[in-house]
Amino acid sequence: MIQSGDTAFILVSAALVLLMTPALALFYAGMVRSKNVLGTIMQSIIMISLITLEWIYIGYSMSFGPDVAGIIGDLSFAALSGVGTAPSPDYATTVPHIVFMIYQCMFAVITPALITGAFAERVRFLPFCIFSVLWSVLVYNPVCHWIWGGGFLGAMGVLDFAGGLVVHLTCGVAALVACIMIGPRKGFGKRQFIPHNLPMTVIGTGLLWFGWFGFNGGSALAADEIAATAFVATHIAGMTGMLTWTLVEWYHIGKPTTLGACSGAIAGLATITPAAGFVGPNSAVCIGFLGGMICYLAVLAKNRFGYDDSLDVVGIHGVGGLIGTIALGFFASTAVNPGGADGLFFGNPGFLMTQLTGIAVVGGYTLVISWIILKGINAFTPLRMEENDEEIGMDTSEHSESAYQA
Amino acid sequence: MKKIEIITRSYKLEDVKESLTALGIKGMTVTEVKGFGRQGGHKEVYRGAEYQVDFVPKIKIEVVIDDEIVAEAVQAVSGAARTGQVGDGKIFISPIEDVVRIRTGESGSDAI
Repeated sequence: MIQSGDTAFILVSAALVLLMTPALALFYAGMVRSKNVLGTIMQSIIMISLITLEWIYIGYSMSFGPDVAGIIGDLSFAALSGVGTAPSPDYATTVPHIVFMIYQCMFAVITPALITGAFAERVRFLPFCIFSVLWSVLVYNPVCHWIWGGGFLGAMGVLDFAGGLVVHLTCGVAALVACIMIGPRKGFGKRQFIPHNLPMTVIGTGLLWFGWFGFNGGSALAADEIAATAFVATHIAGMTGMLTWTLVEWYHIGKPTTLGACSGAIAGLATITPAAGFVGPNSAVCIGFLGGMICYLAVLAKNRFGYDDSLDVVGIHGVGGLIGTIALGFFASTAVNPGGADGLFFGNPGFLMTQLTGIAVVGGYTLVISWIILKGINAFTPLRMEENDEEIGMDTSEHSESAYQA
Repeated sequence: MKKIEIITRSYKLEDVKESLTALGIKGMTVTEVKGFGRQGGHKEVYRGAEYQVDFVPKIKIEVVIDDEIVAEAVQAVSGAARTGQVGDGKIFISPIEDVVRIRTGESGSDAI
């Protein structure tokens, strides 16, 4: 039966999650050079349009349609057929089915946008759009089904409250594959890639944090005590991540930086995402701390390995999602959420193994399919910008406009 | 007539302007510039990656003045812009052949 409180909460949460995509655009755009600001923003915001269309015609049905062998949803809900104002019998049973659909749509939108940070400043717009749509169909939708839509990982007991696997690990793995295949920016290792406007990145961070309350809180799919738990855990992990990164950086580099504080907050928020509704506040502090610490080390490791993940999608989102999913195997407690599981610290080591299995399956699948999609597209049209266009910058060469007039 | 170009720290602009206007100098042109001298650049750190920034932001002030106040102006600017630290900047002095005020057609000292 429809509850007006739950419906209002999920509608507002959907709006909050939508806001995260333009927020991400600002977060990323501040970190690129001024000649690539609009190109970077465009790669995020166009997803709102492209992926929403993909979602309503095929994505929602693939993800949440009636299950086929635990692998994929059938196409009963294609073009939103049968997705109306009556509640779904399977998902979010106290809100109109169409509200659940649009809430999930916002997750599908932001996930491919997150990947763009890995190949920022060097990818052509058309093949990028083709990649994002194909990736959503072939990676996001199946993985979403496996975990949230009645597929085999969910049936095995893999837990992912708001997208540590479905969103952050998938985008992190795809980011790693993409930035290695596409290659580093011209002059990588020799030239300076200094962020052109960090205040823009700070605004993006604030709006992402704000939106994350809808991302994690709304994933309770009801305005209830689990939503409250997730909301609080989200804030706690974000602030712990910010403090941890700042302190570690202060100790390591000698000065605390604004970009470090923002990066730590996003790392903490990404890390708590799979665990938000399953852990208490003290566990959230531990998870935020792990996120801040390990993601900082992962970003440093990038410089050693020498791949050009321009804006650290692998180090922050990929590693954050990975750490959070593992941490859930330790910190989950049925005292917090009876619908969840007990982790290792609450006497159930088997659940940790389940989580690790989920990581191996999702990570392995994403790696292979992302590689195939990128190879396939590159065979038809080059992903990479021409050298001269890259020098001129995406704003002019890809979009014929510029962000700043002299 | 001489042109003096003063390249110095951005935050010294007001002090230098006041020192020159106190001498009766009525106009000047200011440009934001980047460059390096003995001061060299500085280090910036973004997510653990260190960058050496060679070009330091400075301001350039250009004034054209009569020959007889050049020494006084240079002394005033030196006093106003000096911190004693490396990076205080430089003053370049060069001859000017003529100046024309577009509105009236006046030239030479009358046009300054």
